[in-house]
Amino acid sequence: MQTEQTLSGKAVATQDVSVSSISLFFFRLKLWMKSPTPYLTLLGLSLFILTWWLTTEVWQLPRFEKLPGPVSVVKEWVSEDPAYGISIYTPEYYEHIWKSILRVLQAFGLATILGVPLGLFMGWKKTFKDYTFPVMEILRPIPMLAWVPLAILMFPEREMAIIYLTFLGSFFATTLNTLLGVESIDEAYFRAARCLGAKSRHIFFKVVVPGALPFIFTGLQISMGFSWFSLVAGEMLAGEFGLGYLIWNSFILVQYPVIVIAMVTLGVIGWSSSALIRFVGTLLMKWQSRGSSL
Amino acid sequence: MSAHEHISGNGGPLQGGEMQITAVSKSFGIGPLRQQVIENCSFTLERGKLTVLIGPSGCGKTTLINLLAGYEAPDSGTITVDGAPIKGPGKDRLVVFQETALFPWMTTLENVTYGPIVRGEKSKKEVEEEAMHLLRKVGLEDFRDKFPIQLSGGMQRRCELVRALINRPKIMMMDEPFRGLDAMTRELMQEYYVRLFEENHLTNLFITSELEEAIFLADRLVILTNRPASARTVIEIELPRPREFKLLATREYLHYKQQALEILHEEALKAFSSGCGATVADFLEAYSEVESK
Repeated sequence: MQTEQTLSGKAVATQDVSVSSISLFFFRLKLWMKSPTPYLTLLGLSLFILTWWLTTEVWQLPRFEKLPGPVSVVKEWVSEDPAYGISIYTPEYYEHIWKSILRVLQAFGLATILGVPLGLFMGWKKTFKDYTFPVMEILRPIPMLAWVPLAILMFPEREMAIIYLTFLGSFFATTLNTLLGVESIDEAYFRAARCLGAKSRHIFFKVVVPGALPFIFTGLQISMGFSWFSLVAGEMLAGEFGLGYLIWNSFILVQYPVIVIAMVTLGVIGWSSSALIRFVGTLLMKWQSRGSSL
Repeated sequence: MSAHEHISGNGGPLQGGEMQITAVSKSFGIGPLRQQVIENCSFTLERGKLTVLIGPSGCGKTTLINLLAGYEAPDSGTITVDGAPIKGPGKDRLVVFQETALFPWMTTLENVTYGPIVRGEKSKKEVEEEAMHLLRKVGLEDFRDKFPIQLSGGMQRRCELVRALINRPKIMMMDEPFRGLDAMTRELMQEYYVRLFEENHLTNLFITSELEEAIFLADRLVILTNRPASARTVIEIELPRPREFKLLATREYLHYKQQALEILHEEALKAFSSGCGATVADFLEAYSEVESK
C-alpha cells in the first residue's frame, strides 16, 4: 500500500510489498483453486472426451465409426508394446517430436532474426516502408501450400524445403506485427526524446524497440502458430520424420490411432510454445503490469 | 524544504532565459479549409518570472506551446530565446504536457536520467545522484524503481517536472499540467510547483484555463483572445511570495480576478457577436464556475 506523500516530504505510509516469488506463486495457485476456473476447465475437457468416446466407440455413429476413439488411442499411447510402433515407450515417437521441434526452432528463429529488425526498420524509416510494404502485402496473403512447388524447385533437399516453408509462414506475421508495433508508439514519446537531446540511435533503442515490444510479442505468438501450421503441411508432402510425416504416413498405413496421438502431441507442443513466448514477453515487459512483483 | 537549499542540487544555480514572441501567426490547412489559429501574437516571458497564459479551451494554447517548443514553425513572426531565434526543439525549452509523456518502459529514475545520459554530459553516477536529489525534493525517492503505471497521476506529474528540471532548461513550459487531476491532488501539485518555482526562479510559462490557478501562480498573467489567438492584455500580479492558499481570500486577489474576468467577458461577448456559437458555449462553460463564486 502506498499513499501520496505530504508537502513536508514526510512519508505518511509507504509500505512496499516485497514477497518472495515462491510464496506469491502459491498464493496465486490457492486463489486459482478457489475460483471456478480449474473445475470448469476440467469439466469442459471431460465433456469433450466423453462426446468423442460416445460417438466413436459406444454409439459408433455414421461418419464417426472409422475414427479412433479415446480408449484405443490412450491404450496405444501408453502401451509398452504398441501395435503400430508408436507410444511413449518407443524412441521413434521422440524422434518425430524432436525433428519437428528442431525444424520449427530453425524456421521460427530465422523468421524472428530477420522479421523483427525488418519490421522495426520499416516502421522507423518511412521511405524504406514505401519500398517494402507493397511487396510484403502482396506476398503475405499467399497461402503456404501455394509455395510448395517453388520451395521444392529452390531447395532440392527436402529438409531445406520444409524449413523454408515453415519460415515463410512465420516471417510475414512477425514483420507485420513489428511494423504495427512501431507505428503504435505515441508521437509524444518521440517528441519527449528529441526534446531531451536524444540522437537517432538512442531513440531507436530506448523508444522504438521497447515501445514496439508488446506488438512484437503478439506477433511472435501468432508466428509460432503459423510456423507449426506450415511445418505440418510441409512434412506431409516431404520428409522421413516429424509429426506431420507421422500423421500422413499412419493414414496411408491405416494406423489410425497414431494419427490422433500425433495430433494431440502437436496440440500440446503448440500450446506450450505459445505459452513460453507469453512468459518471456511478460518477463521483458514488467512495465505493463501494476503488480509490485511478478 | 528549506529556502536556501537550492533546487539545482550539486550543479550550481539554474539560469533562466528570456523569451520574446513577436507578431507570431500560425494557420492550418489550405484554401477554403484554412484556419487561422494564432494571429499577430506578441508577448515576452521575462527572465525569472512565472508567466501564466490563460484563454478558453480550444483557443490555440496548445498550438502556441508547440510553436514555442519548436515542434512546429510559425507562418510568420519570430520567437527568440535570449535574442537568438529558436531552431526546432531543444533542451533549453522543456515542456510538461497535459498527458503524461513519461516512457512507460522506464522506471522513475531511468526516466529522469534519460536526457543527461543520452547527451553524455556527465557520468551515470553523477546524473543519478542529481536525479535522486531532485526526486527527494518532490517526495519520490522511494519510487525510483517503479514504472509510471505504478505511480498515481500526481506522482507522474512530479516525476515529469523532475525529468525536465534535471536538464537545467532556460525556460520551463507547462501545458495545463494539472488538468485531469482530482481537486485535492491538483491543489497539492500547485503548491509543489509554486514552491519549486520560488526556489529556483527559472523562467516559467504555465498554460491553464482556470482563472483561480492562474492568479495564484502568476507573476504575469497574459490573457489570450479567442481564436485566432493573440495576447490581449498582460496583468502584472503583485501578490506577495511565497504564495499561500489563504491569498485567495484577500482583497488584492479578488481585485485581480475581477479585472481578468471583465476582459474575459468582453472576449466572450465579441465571440457572441461574431456568431461563433460553439466557442461561446465553451467560453461560458469555462468561466461559469469562476463567476458563480
